[in-house]
Amino acid sequence: MSTSPAPTRPTRISLAVRDSNTMLRRNLLHAWRYPSGTLNLLLTPIMMLLLFVYIFGDVMSAGIGGGGADRSDYIAYIVPGILLMTIGSTVIGAAVYVSMDMSEGLIARFRTMAVYRGSVLVGHVVGSVLQSVASVVLVGAVAVAIGFRSTDATALEWLAAFGLITLFALALTWIAVGMGMASPNPEAASNMAMPLILLPLISSAFIPADTMPGWFQPIAEYQPFTPAIETLRGLLLGTGIGNNGWIALAWCLGLTALGYRWSTAQFNRDPK
Amino acid sequence: MTTTTHASAIAATGLRKSFGDKLVLDGIDLYVPAGTIFSLLGPNGAGKTTAVKILSTLITADAGDIRVGGHDLATDPHAVRSAIGVTGQFSAVDGLITGEENMLLMADLHHLPKREGRRVAAELLERFDLTEAAKKPASTYSGGMKRRLDLAMTLVGDPRIIFLDEPTTGLDPRSRHNMWQIIRELVSDGVTVFLTTQYLEEADELADRIAVLHDGTIAAEGTAEELKRIVPGGHVRLRFTDPAAYKSAASALREVTRDDEALALQIPSDGSQRELRAVLDWLDSAGVEADELTVHTPDLDDVFFALTGPARTPDQTKENVR
Repeated sequence: MSTSPAPTRPTRISLAVRDSNTMLRRNLLHAWRYPSGTLNLLLTPIMMLLLFVYIFGDVMSAGIGGGGADRSDYIAYIVPGILLMTIGSTVIGAAVYVSMDMSEGLIARFRTMAVYRGSVLVGHVVGSVLQSVASVVLVGAVAVAIGFRSTDATALEWLAAFGLITLFALALTWIAVGMGMASPNPEAASNMAMPLILLPLISSAFIPADTMPGWFQPIAEYQPFTPAIETLRGLLLGTGIGNNGWIALAWCLGLTALGYRWSTAQFNRDPK
Repeated sequence: MTTTTHASAIAATGLRKSFGDKLVLDGIDLYVPAGTIFSLLGPNGAGKTTAVKILSTLITADAGDIRVGGHDLATDPHAVRSAIGVTGQFSAVDGLITGEENMLLMADLHHLPKREGRRVAAELLERFDLTEAAKKPASTYSGGMKRRLDLAMTLVGDPRIIFLDEPTTGLDPRSRHNMWQIIRELVSDGVTVFLTTQYLEEADELADRIAVLHDGTIAAEGTAEELKRIVPGGHVRLRFTDPAAYKSAASALREVTRDDEALALQIPSDGSQRELRAVLDWLDSAGVEADELTVHTPDLDDVFFALTGPARTPDQTKENVR
């Protein structure tokens, strides 16, 4: 055993990929076996969409585009925010799931096996990102069904929109995974991750940030959701993006790095 | 020294661990020859699980020189991990997926080729009598089935050293005997088993060597027979229901050990027929009529209670029952 040559670098990387892939398949199997968990998380964004369009729609549309907007304009306005809110909602599920998973003896078993150490977290993160993207597609389909249409988005813009959604999902997922690991139980994880679905309410998702009280505008404008929403809106509807693209990118990379450091530090600590 | 470590599956010296200011393991030495069953015996909270967690690389020791499967735990935990299998105290199965999927998950993590993984999984499910339940979610399994699946998963990588942390706690007597049988079979294949238990009977049944862990130190170590020799010999126990009868008997038989709470008297005896008759004659002549008479030969319980302190005896009995 000890006389066998030390594993060469490519082998180690291929084993890391293989182990991560195994863990990912485990997570996807969970999601596939218990789809109700994922689908429940879609209820909030879909209900918000229908509520704001059909119940509040007439009043809300009066607040955008200088008062001349109708309901279909308002649908176009809120869908980008709803799509990113879907990601916020989905990753709350990830925080709860991670918290539940970490308390199981199975994770202790993984730690005593000769598997790539990061594979557990990679499985959770990639699984949650895939789940988020799938959720966005489902909610997007509902939006299209009630009349949402993009205006003149090129293939490149669609690709960029897709990339933004993926990157945003990655950032929120790492944060949610960190929250899940920091929580003593799933309930606490759910509470801790709650801001991830509340933040869109104080962003430019439903009303333009410049219609908010002056003291609040900086908060609304620079929190992670608003730049990402404005960028997505620009890509799909051709509105001005300005420097929101860069701010959104910076938020995504910053949150990803932060969540990654936080989660791995917690995972590498001795378990209780 | 080098010759002994060569044949050892586990060798630890000066193993020390504390959580905050609570010292859990106070520099213990453990030595387990390859191919044997070693049992770490102790009451709840003695530090058994901590010892297993350290030896199985789950947590790090504060101090100590530890070699498992010939590998240094501190410098090469990955090599240790590929030599060991661990079945912890709390079920380490994935309840959301089926028993078979759990097994295939382990096969994948051990990097077995697809076909071999399927074969190993099917064989172990068969061996642990889980074939019928293989397609059901593990969360629907009974306690005994979960433990069997847990152990089956541990065996997927064919580990040479297996840690079992209280493998039969919470199992009914039948499942417990099944588990014992399984553990014996493992050792007949040359595997080393490191077992923790709070059941003295279990250590007596299975272990080649037993170490009694108490307050973070090894209170005694040896074979079951060696440990039994530590405590005084057997006795005849007389129990009374009437306190008055107990008192008069206690004063009539002066050379006995009294247990006032249980209304019981203990007369030293090796349990042979001749000695027993002598005791009975003596009781008759003293006019003592006990409600219950039992003969005790020394067992590990006596060792355990002798080593872990008589003052705490009643508490611990209760804890063990729970």
